[in-house]
Amino acid sequence: MTDTQVPVTTRKDWTSDQEVRWCPGCGDYSILAAVQMLMPELGVRRESTVFVSGIGCAARFPYYMDTYGMHSIHGRAPAIATGLAVTRPDLDVWVVTGDGDALSIGGNHLIHALRRNVNLTILLFNNQIYGLTKGQYSPTSELGKVTKSTPFGSLETPFNPVSLALGAEATFVARTHDMDRKHMQETFRRAHEHRGAAFVEIYQNCNVFNDGAFEKITGRDARADNLIPLVHGAPIRFGADAQHGVVLGPDGRLRICAVSEVGEEALLVHDESREDPGLAFQLSRLAAGPYEPTPIGVFRAVERPEYADAMAHQLLEANERKGPGDLAGLLTSGGTWTVE
Amino acid sequence: MSTATQPPTIELDRVVIRFAGDSGDGMQLTGTQFTTVSSLFGNDTATLPDFPAEIRAPAGTLAGVSAFQVHISDHDILTPGDSPSVLVAMNPAALKANLPSVTGGGTLIVNVDAFDERAFEKAGYSGNPLTDGSLSGYTVYEVPMTSLTMEVGKEIGVKPRDAERAKNFFALGLVSWLYSRPVDTTLEWIAKRFEASPAICEINSRAFRAGHAFGETAELFESNYQVRPAALHKGTYTNITGNTALAWGLIAASHQARLPIFLGSYPITPASDILHELSKHKEFGIRTIQAEDEIAGIGAAIGAAFGGSLAVTTTSGPGIDLKSESIGMAVSLELPLVVIDIQRGGPSTGLPTKTEQSDLLHAMYGRHGESPVPIVAPRTPSHCFDAAIEAVRIATKYRTPVLLLSDGYLANGSEPWRLPDVEELPDLQVEFASEPNHTDADGREVFWPYVRDERTLARPWALPGTPGLEHRIGGLEKEDGSGNVSYDPENHEKMVHLRAAKIAGIASDIPALEVDDPDGLGGAQVLVLGWGSTYGAIAAGVRRVRARGAKVAHAHLMHLNPFPRNLGEVLRSYAQVLVPEANLGQLVRLVRAEFLVDARSLTKVQGVPFRAAQIEEAVLEMLGVDSNTSEAEEDVAS
Repeated sequence: MTDTQVPVTTRKDWTSDQEVRWCPGCGDYSILAAVQMLMPELGVRRESTVFVSGIGCAARFPYYMDTYGMHSIHGRAPAIATGLAVTRPDLDVWVVTGDGDALSIGGNHLIHALRRNVNLTILLFNNQIYGLTKGQYSPTSELGKVTKSTPFGSLETPFNPVSLALGAEATFVARTHDMDRKHMQETFRRAHEHRGAAFVEIYQNCNVFNDGAFEKITGRDARADNLIPLVHGAPIRFGADAQHGVVLGPDGRLRICAVSEVGEEALLVHDESREDPGLAFQLSRLAAGPYEPTPIGVFRAVERPEYADAMAHQLLEANERKGPGDLAGLLTSGGTWTVE
Repeated sequence: MSTATQPPTIELDRVVIRFAGDSGDGMQLTGTQFTTVSSLFGNDTATLPDFPAEIRAPAGTLAGVSAFQVHISDHDILTPGDSPSVLVAMNPAALKANLPSVTGGGTLIVNVDAFDERAFEKAGYSGNPLTDGSLSGYTVYEVPMTSLTMEVGKEIGVKPRDAERAKNFFALGLVSWLYSRPVDTTLEWIAKRFEASPAICEINSRAFRAGHAFGETAELFESNYQVRPAALHKGTYTNITGNTALAWGLIAASHQARLPIFLGSYPITPASDILHELSKHKEFGIRTIQAEDEIAGIGAAIGAAFGGSLAVTTTSGPGIDLKSESIGMAVSLELPLVVIDIQRGGPSTGLPTKTEQSDLLHAMYGRHGESPVPIVAPRTPSHCFDAAIEAVRIATKYRTPVLLLSDGYLANGSEPWRLPDVEELPDLQVEFASEPNHTDADGREVFWPYVRDERTLARPWALPGTPGLEHRIGGLEKEDGSGNVSYDPENHEKMVHLRAAKIAGIASDIPALEVDDPDGLGGAQVLVLGWGSTYGAIAAGVRRVRARGAKVAHAHLMHLNPFPRNLGEVLRSYAQVLVPEANLGQLVRLVRAEFLVDARSLTKVQGVPFRAAQIEEAVLEMLGVDSNTSEAEEDVAS
């Protein structure tokens, strides 16, 4: 809020005095650590930072950050954060949510916050399960998933959060995972820098109710084979020897090929800034689920007017056109008469 | 325009006129303009718009009839009138739907062009009501409004379709002549309103003039009428609807509190006009969002409240159900928030365009857990301005959501409003927290979000962006003082009591209930206790009872939670208490439970306001007075 230099801080400054109460071994710990360690590097002030969450395990996050924060009600964090960000563009507003919170009860608020391009950094902790209510299937649980509420297997096709965000006109869409702090921090940094709604899906392991859900992608042994790193301006390739790559076929579809067969020049060069979200959408659907080669990184990063900026502009215009609001003038604007 | 043959003008002290037609006939516009002209002329006015929920129900059917009732007088009046003495019916359906409410011997002005076999069938008439003798008790004027308007259109080369649509202006012209309304005011208004389409502007003003000239020259009417200006209090007046008054009240409160308005709202009848009005006035720094749903509307408002805005959400009917969870959160967060509910007929979708007062118990109790909220209810359209300011005052001072209960009748109804002096409005300045308020065990100065003001029990409002006051709030139960999450049993009980005591304590910060009893408190045998929009009908009914020489008192609640501190004393001062409500008895339940008084309920749930005569009848019955003696004047002067 002032021009003075942002004070130098350490992780400790961003850590509240509240005891962290996630299950031992939860992926949430590494995400919290990544954020707390990143904050001093962002050049932002604690007092101008607000974490807003809904309900769920992830939603306890604001209690652990020594910033302003609100642990709100189930699914509503994007709506609440919208009201805050629109009225206080000077603040850095983060939304911390989960797969149930953001994609089930709060699905409507998420897509509209993305569509409006409100300046929010949205971190979606996706563990493909309901943890806080002790193990029911979530909207990202795989078809056939056996849980307490689906003893005979889930009948529901899961959401692909990245596809959903792209379909909701999001201007910044990324995916990262809880096993790679550096990648998380780089992704969060990019999301924070983005002016507008930034959406980050984080593959997060729930070691109690859905252990190993992302093992095929994020496990140390599996990463080389199944994690497709997205790097802006670079050909999309993966594998221990970068032997696989992604190619845009003559039919307009993406497919995975051996680089030795198609040649390096044939590989698709990743471009986050494409106006048309079509290729980003195809990339998000290269894998049917987190058990086969899956892209991780920034899918899309484009510029579009930010909502609060656009609203502030309208206010400014009205002020220039009509002059500052005049209460007495307003009351007489509908025509008056005088009784003597 | 006067000619030697002009019929004589008869003075009236008041008249109630109802304009009725198809929902596409422009009856609301016609009625509104007639009201505006009358107000500007100096009459007292009160209106009752009555329209269907369908935008265009099948033309010519009873379901599609849209009506606008206006009461104009040369003295102060309280209601839009129990029954119109003049009905303008643009088609047979409009006649059929509205005839039952017209006073016996009343005047019917019908658009005779619309009276044909097909229209009779659609309206459910077996024959022509104009010729079958069924209207013999009325004075009927058959006027070919459509064809005369089409003639005018032909002269100036307007398409027949556009000309036909101007027939409501013909009707407006005719009625304006009949009641000696100024012509120029309406012509100027037409010129401005239809500025963008000169052809429409031309046909509308020509149709208006033609209607006026028709009255003057057709020798159909034996006389016309004059209703002189009312002797209202000195001052500058404007005509205002309840919804506009609410929006302006919020703007005034924002000005007085030096807080920018944020409105999160989802369109819903009959509350949308508040969203429209506030969206227009960005020069006041107002931010509005048409949210993706009702929940997002209030959610965004709560976010804005956290950030230091004057946060508002507006809704009606099913919308207030959807907001319940969020209101509960605002109770727990203890943030200022104004929730405006324009009540309509329920349950469920119910009667979207009709009025009711059936959300009182929902406002009181419609949340899980012990979650009390203050409730404020305006009594007339212009009183909505004061109610909005009062809701903001309570919300910001006590850091609480406040429910403002208006209704469809107040929202769309209008009345002349003597403008307040903006310099005299109350100062609503709020103080934000600026420094630590607690010393912790280690002797450090810290900020605790739930340290309370001893007098109001309000917690500090600490805005993000303030260094040193970083804190977290949430829906989980909080430890008294620190605000940290706490599941401690004793603490929870303490917090429940603190939140209740904070709201109950507002009773010492609101005016005592005033009683209108000419013989002083307890002078009459019967007290009529009302709340909200029943004010006009109750006050008019009470005047009628008094005009018969009987004694009755009237008290009207603006604050429903907490009640004014003297309410118990007032109730116990009367042998009998009558509580008229447009619901099945919600306030009566509250006062019986709270004060153990044998209050009697008078209910009406027809989607329309009480008539003064209903109140009068109920009071007379309680007094044991025969109500069948000569009918008192409907809106006797006080």
